[in-house]
Amino acid sequence: MQPVATTFFFYFLSALTVISGIGVITRRNPVHSALALILALLGQAGLYLMLYAPFVAGVQIILYAGGIMVLFLFVIMLVNIERSQKEEQFNKQWIVGIAAALALGVLFVVVYTKGKGLFPTTLAQLPETDNTQSIALLLYRDYMFPFEIASLLLLVAIIGAVVMAKKRI
Amino acid sequence: MLDYITSYLKSDTTPGQAGNFLWAFIYILLIFLGLSVAVIAMNWLERKILAHMQVRLGPMRVGPHGLLQPIADALKLLIKEDIMPAEADPIVFWIAPLIVVITSFTVFIVVPFGPTHAVTDMNIGVLFMLGVSSLSVLGIVTAGWASNSHYPLIGALRSSAQMVSYEIAMGLAVISAILMTSLNTEGTGTLSMIGIVQAQQAQQTWFIFKFFPLGLIAFFVFAVAMVAETNRAPFDLPEAESELTAGFHTEYSGFRWSLFFLAEYSAMIAVSSIAVTLWLGGWMRPFPHWLTGDTWDLVFSLFPGVTFVLLALMTFYSTIRMPKHPYFRVQTIGLAGFGAVLGLIGLALFMPPVRDRIQDIYWFAIKVAGFMYLYIWYRGTFPRYRFDQLMRVGWKVLLPIGLGVLIVTGILGVVLS
Repeated sequence: MQPVATTFFFYFLSALTVISGIGVITRRNPVHSALALILALLGQAGLYLMLYAPFVAGVQIILYAGGIMVLFLFVIMLVNIERSQKEEQFNKQWIVGIAAALALGVLFVVVYTKGKGLFPTTLAQLPETDNTQSIALLLYRDYMFPFEIASLLLLVAIIGAVVMAKKRI
Repeated sequence: MLDYITSYLKSDTTPGQAGNFLWAFIYILLIFLGLSVAVIAMNWLERKILAHMQVRLGPMRVGPHGLLQPIADALKLLIKEDIMPAEADPIVFWIAPLIVVITSFTVFIVVPFGPTHAVTDMNIGVLFMLGVSSLSVLGIVTAGWASNSHYPLIGALRSSAQMVSYEIAMGLAVISAILMTSLNTEGTGTLSMIGIVQAQQAQQTWFIFKFFPLGLIAFFVFAVAMVAETNRAPFDLPEAESELTAGFHTEYSGFRWSLFFLAEYSAMIAVSSIAVTLWLGGWMRPFPHWLTGDTWDLVFSLFPGVTFVLLALMTFYSTIRMPKHPYFRVQTIGLAGFGAVLGLIGLALFMPPVRDRIQDIYWFAIKVAGFMYLYIWYRGTFPRYRFDQLMRVGWKVLLPIGLGVLIVTGILGVVLS
C-alpha cells in the first residue's frame, strides 16, 4: 500500500515530539514531566514507523513507553511532590546554555543554506517486510561480539545493583 | 462508488493491506460493536456463573434471569454523579481512564478473526499487541497517583510492579512460539498475527502440541502471565477489595469507572486472542488436516448455526418454565422474543454464503470464549495470592521456565531442521 499524507504525519509527529519535549523540562510537577516524556517517546516511535522500521518502533513502545517509563513513574510517585515543586527548577547556567543554543542554531543555519547538497538525492528503498529479519541478522551475525559484550555489561550492572541494595544475600 | 465498495469483497487481503479505507472503517465499527456486546455479555455471564459456583442465583430481578441487569447497570453508571476528589490532579485524573480504554481497544486492529477478517495485518503484529497493551499500565499507575489518596496509590504501585514483572515471562513465552513459526518450509519466521496462524496451518499442528510438551509449557506460562497482566483473580492485588477497598480505581465513579471496567474486559479478550492466535491455531477449525473432505467441511461449517439454534432452544425451554403469574407476562414474552431472535440468527447462519464467510470468525470467537470462561472459573476457585508470593511466582518460577523452554525450543529447532 502506498503511504498517505506523509508530509502531514511527519510534521504532526515532529511537532508532538518537540512540544512534549519542551513540556518535559518546563512542567513543575515531575509526574506531568514523565507523561510528557511518554508522549515524546510515542511520537518518536511514529517517526520510526515513517522510516519503514516497524520493529524499532514496536520495541521503542514496549521498552521505553511501556517498561522504563512505568519504572520512572513508580519512583516519582514515592517522592514527596510538595517539596520537589518548591525547589529550583533550572540550574541558571546561562552562559553554557546560550553557547549550546548558538552552536545548534549555527548548525541549523548551515544545513539550511547548504540545502539539498548535504543529503542523498535518491530515496533509500527500505522494504518494511524484512525489517525484523535484517535487524536480527545484524545483531546476531554481523555484530555478534559487541552484542554479547553489551549483554555482559548489563548483567554486571544487575549483579552490582543487587549487591549494593542487599546487605545480606 | 459502488465499484469501490464491492471491489474489496472479492479480494483476499485485509482492508488495511488493500488500502480500502471504507472497509477498514466498517471493520473497526464491527469490532467495536462486537466488543461492546461481548463485554455486556461477560458482565452478565460472570455474575451468573460465579453465583452458580457459589450455589446462589445471581441477578434474577431485572428481566428474566437478570438478562437486562448489565443494561440497567450501564444506565445507572451513566447517570451517576461524577465525583473528582478535591485534592486530585484534575488533568491526570481525567486522562488516566482514557489511556486505559484507548490502549485496550487499539490492539484489536491486528487481531485476526479470519484470514481476511482483520482490520490490518501488521508486520510486527504480536509486538504491536504486547507493546500497546503494556501501555495500559500507565493509565492504571496515573489513575492511582492522580486520586491523591492512600489506597489507590498502593494499588498503583502494586500494579506497576506486577505488570512489569509478568511482562517478561509473557514475552519469553511469546518468543518461543514465534521461534516455532521459523520452522516453516520457507524458513523465515514472522511476527504478523495472520502469518503465525498460517505457519501453524503449514506445519499442520497447533503450536500448543508442537515439540510436545514444550509448546504446552510455554502456553501454560503465558496463560498464567496473562491473568496477572489483566489484574484478574487470583492476581487481582491492585484492586484487592479486602485490603485496598477497590485499589487504583477507588476514587473513580460513574462513567469514568465504567471506562475502567470496559477496558479490563476488552484487555482480557485481547490477551486471550493473543493466546488463541499463538498456540490454539487462531481461526482454524479443529482437525483441519485429519478430518478433511467435503463432508467434514460441511459438518464443521454447520457449527455456528447449531450453536445459535441450541441457545434458542435453551431460551424457549426457560420461557416454558417461567412462572405463570400474570406479573411475569411481559418478561415471558420478552424471553420468547429473545429466543426467536437467536433462532433467526442461527437459521441465517445456515445459509451457504454466510456459512462460508462466518465460520473462521466463529472458531476464533469460540476459542476466546473458552478463555473467558477460564477467567471466571479462576475467580470462583482460586484464593488471592499474597504480594510476595506473586513476585516469587513471577520471577522464580515462570521466568526460569520461560527461559528454559525458549532455549530448548531453539536447540530442537536447529537439530530437527
